[in-house]
Amino acid sequence: MFGPLTCKSGSSRKNKTGPWRTESRPKFLKKNCIACNMCLLACPEACISGQGKNNYDFDPDYCKGCGICARLCPKQDIEMIKEECQ
Amino acid sequence: MRELLEGSMAVAKIVQLCKPGVVSAYPITPQTHIVEELAQIVADGHLDAQFVNVESEHSAASVVLGASAAGVRSYTATSSQGLLLMAEVVFNIAGMRLPVVMTTAVRSISAPINIWNDHQDAVSLRDAGWIQLHAEDIQEAVDLHLIAYKLAENKSIMLPVMVCMDGFLLTHGMETVNIPTQEEVDKFLPPYKAPYKLDVENPMTLGPLVDPESYMEARYALNETHKEALEFIPKLAADFSKAFGRTYNGLIEGYQLKDAERVIVAMGSTCGTIKEVVDELRKKGKKVGLLKVTCLRPFPANAIYEALKSIPKVAVVDRALSVGSFAPLLADIKAAFFGKAKRPKTISSFILGLGGRDITKDSIKEIFRLMVVKERQGEFIDLKPELLKDNYEDTL
Repeated sequence: MFGPLTCKSGSSRKNKTGPWRTESRPKFLKKNCIACNMCLLACPEACISGQGKNNYDFDPDYCKGCGICARLCPKQDIEMIKEECQ
Repeated sequence: MRELLEGSMAVAKIVQLCKPGVVSAYPITPQTHIVEELAQIVADGHLDAQFVNVESEHSAASVVLGASAAGVRSYTATSSQGLLLMAEVVFNIAGMRLPVVMTTAVRSISAPINIWNDHQDAVSLRDAGWIQLHAEDIQEAVDLHLIAYKLAENKSIMLPVMVCMDGFLLTHGMETVNIPTQEEVDKFLPPYKAPYKLDVENPMTLGPLVDPESYMEARYALNETHKEALEFIPKLAADFSKAFGRTYNGLIEGYQLKDAERVIVAMGSTCGTIKEVVDELRKKGKKVGLLKVTCLRPFPANAIYEALKSIPKVAVVDRALSVGSFAPLLADIKAAFFGKAKRPKTISSFILGLGGRDITKDSIKEIFRLMVVKERQGEFIDLKPELLKDNYEDTL
């Protein structure tokens, strides 16, 4: 008998980690963004996408609310806000 | 062909004939001769395998885990502290359902450090999920390796198998051994085709994180497969007997059980000594016998129940401790009888041969004598009371 043993590639897309967020989520202010790509590269869930200034955002289905993007943003153009006040 | 061989050489030979693609090991007494010989065999070009030298047993186990996950038949061997250092990976190999075969040259565990034989290392890892087979002599050790690969790689089993042979007594003992030919082995054990493996053409993850939603099922399946293995092992042993002419049950072996009034249950090379004593006592008209447990995991509770249910007095011999509780083999045997209508009147427990203390015919005769009077609870045989003191000052 076999139980869960292997997973095919692409399983992290199926496994939505958004519900892991408990307190806060990032808010992309889109005012002073210089398109440095730091947030996109640093996101451990790889759920930030965008191209060009003031055009980045995150995918709430996968964002765990870790806050690394907000901490790294050199222009403080991302802030962490309470989960309930969207 | 029959040859006079040291146990380690015999095991190296049969492993060579099983054609593993990867061998990785770290030397430790008394396992060293096996992997030394295999390294030589590979270096001489007699086995087309990669022999991976590593810096520890943890790495050796990790290498064979990786090789097996990539779909390659793999082999390792260890002993004692080495097995403990492997422990984390040993559990992983079973959980990932990889058919690795490992020889454990069974040895005691520190402290005090001791390189001689008892069963503490293998027995301590009995819950790791591996099938665990214990050999009585060198021929059985050889044969169990063949059975081990065939068992491990069965598509519905897919479990690692540990072949345990008593350190020094079997690894360094000499015996006339029948080593099968390459043709015979190839016929019995076809090349390994992994049902799942790590493959760049078909990417997947083996051993991923599973959350509380799916962990229980993985462990349940592992446990169920051990039950399936209990059914499968005797069939496989019968196939082996047909192919090679040596008869095994694979789970247990009864010796002079018919009409026996006193039976010792034991594992490993001690069984050879017990058989000698049984023969001697039988000549004197004593109705004694032996039940050898070959397969410790999965534990053949039903087979043992059937073999012993009508025996009036049973003694279980343990060469390992579950410190602070009942001896390991005893606990399993007693559990097999709990709640059953028929059972021996007494199931005595004896501990002997720890850290290489000789198990002589007299030790066995003493057990046959002591088990008559009353049920013995974890009684140590051949203990030296003069070495035991109440105050540590007296021992300095």
